[in-house]
Amino acid sequence: MSQPVQTRAPEATEPALPDTVWAEKVSWVSLVPRWVSMAGLLVVFLALWQIVTSAGIVSQLILPSPLDTIVDLGFVGRNLFSGDYMLAAFWVTAREVFWGFMLALAIGVTLGVLVGETSFGERAVMPYIVAVDTMPKLAFAPLFVAWLGFGIMSKVALAAFISVFPIIVGTAAGLHATDENARMLFRSIGASRLQTLVKLKIPSGLPHFFTGLKIAAISVVSGAIAGEFLGGGQGFGELIRVAASQLDTPRVFSLIIYLSVLGLVMFGTVSWLQYKLVFWQRTPVTGTRKASQ
Amino acid sequence: MTSPVLAEPDGRSARPVYELANVCKYYGERGVVALEGVDLTLREGEFHSVIGSSGCGKSTLLKIMAGLTPPSKGRVMLAGKPVLGARPDIGMMFQQATLFPWRTTVQNILLPVEVREGRAAAEAARARAYGLLELVGLKGFENTYPSQLSGGMAQRAAICRMLIAEPNVLLLDEPFSALDEITRDFMNMELQRVCLERNASAFLVTHSISEAVILSDVVHVMSARPGRVVRSIRIDLPRPRTLDMVVLPTFGAHVSEIRHLLDTGALP
Repeated sequence: MSQPVQTRAPEATEPALPDTVWAEKVSWVSLVPRWVSMAGLLVVFLALWQIVTSAGIVSQLILPSPLDTIVDLGFVGRNLFSGDYMLAAFWVTAREVFWGFMLALAIGVTLGVLVGETSFGERAVMPYIVAVDTMPKLAFAPLFVAWLGFGIMSKVALAAFISVFPIIVGTAAGLHATDENARMLFRSIGASRLQTLVKLKIPSGLPHFFTGLKIAAISVVSGAIAGEFLGGGQGFGELIRVAASQLDTPRVFSLIIYLSVLGLVMFGTVSWLQYKLVFWQRTPVTGTRKASQ
Repeated sequence: MTSPVLAEPDGRSARPVYELANVCKYYGERGVVALEGVDLTLREGEFHSVIGSSGCGKSTLLKIMAGLTPPSKGRVMLAGKPVLGARPDIGMMFQQATLFPWRTTVQNILLPVEVREGRAAAEAARARAYGLLELVGLKGFENTYPSQLSGGMAQRAAICRMLIAEPNVLLLDEPFSALDEITRDFMNMELQRVCLERNASAFLVTHSISEAVILSDVVHVMSARPGRVVRSIRIDLPRPRTLDMVVLPTFGAHVSEIRHLLDTGALP
């Protein structure tokens, strides 16, 4: 204990005043590891689900019990890993998702650069893009089937059509996001338009671009499945449709859960790319919270 | 009273760097007057400041001088040639350091060289960049990213970037106003040292009266709406300036003169 500066001698018997130490309020949830709270929530959710179904509150035809679903997950898993018809269906959907995403990426970046970098794009093209974006895109599915047939191409087209808009908007917003001072600096050092694009606008726009890309990576799976619902085919969407028509709800659930792997892989790949490329602005994978500095 | 060490007050001996004649800037359809009839001459090795309340058009003036925006009327000459766009012989600095987070400190500093002369020239200038970093006390931070630098360190790196191409004229838009006062005083002295060493001319936009007086040979006081130079005041303090000159009566007289001009709405 350091002695405080005092002008008079301290009384030897003077009682020391107590420290004013007090505890900050901390939620107990933040004291346990994250996986514990996540697992806890899952257990509670599954237990409630089991109670609701086994007590007969909801018919098993409408909502299967979690146990039934897990049993069916095992069945579908065995079918998938033994390379049976479900694996073939999975690959059909996976190909639709992959090519749909690639097509959306190519068109989205091209249109995004046109809109974000040129006055013509911003003034003349953008209003039309916004107009099409406000249309219910699933309503175009019959057109794609009519134009491209019942094969994989119509699903690729619908998946790309649904996921292209976030990429266009993300790219254009990214190119517009450049700081005013940074643009002045580039002009003052005599940078050409191409140099400004490559050395300034593209790097500073990457976070926006990846935000759009993440939205696209998730919606592309929905696009492919919706395409299969509305245009037939041999993918997972067709399996779901058939299972649902037979009121085989456990099967629908387990197919959706395996399907979510596709979305996770897409989202994870994009997040990983963002982590590698935008190394100066690393956010948690979920992207919902800014990394604390 | 100390006599000025620099050239005689009218500065006839030094070569003019910037010559502005009747520079005006109007905005929009209704012709809002941002700048009206600005005449000034910045001579080689001189340090000028322009001071005024926000919205008096001082940043517009700086942009016109840098060739980033055209004047509506009048003429701007830099080194005897008309300014018709961005010029390679000036260096600029802004309130924000504007370092790019995807480039290391030294890559940020080499950016002007890379843009104008290509990667090979930037690589060749690397040693000079290291020298500049050492000069401003950033030795050891060459290969870190700007996120590792404090506000003052980032502005010092921005100084290096401005100096890498060895410009004759420095245009400074409130370069240290985002820094705390202690750091700002230090940076201002650094800036003076840099200018004296290279005999560079500088034009500073600021809203700090004491900063303007301590750094400048001439302070231009501007009024708002329309933005015009009300009075140009020659500061007769010896060079090099030191921070303790703020206690000199001359300093106080200049500060109160400028304050009075600004308080009375900077009306002539």
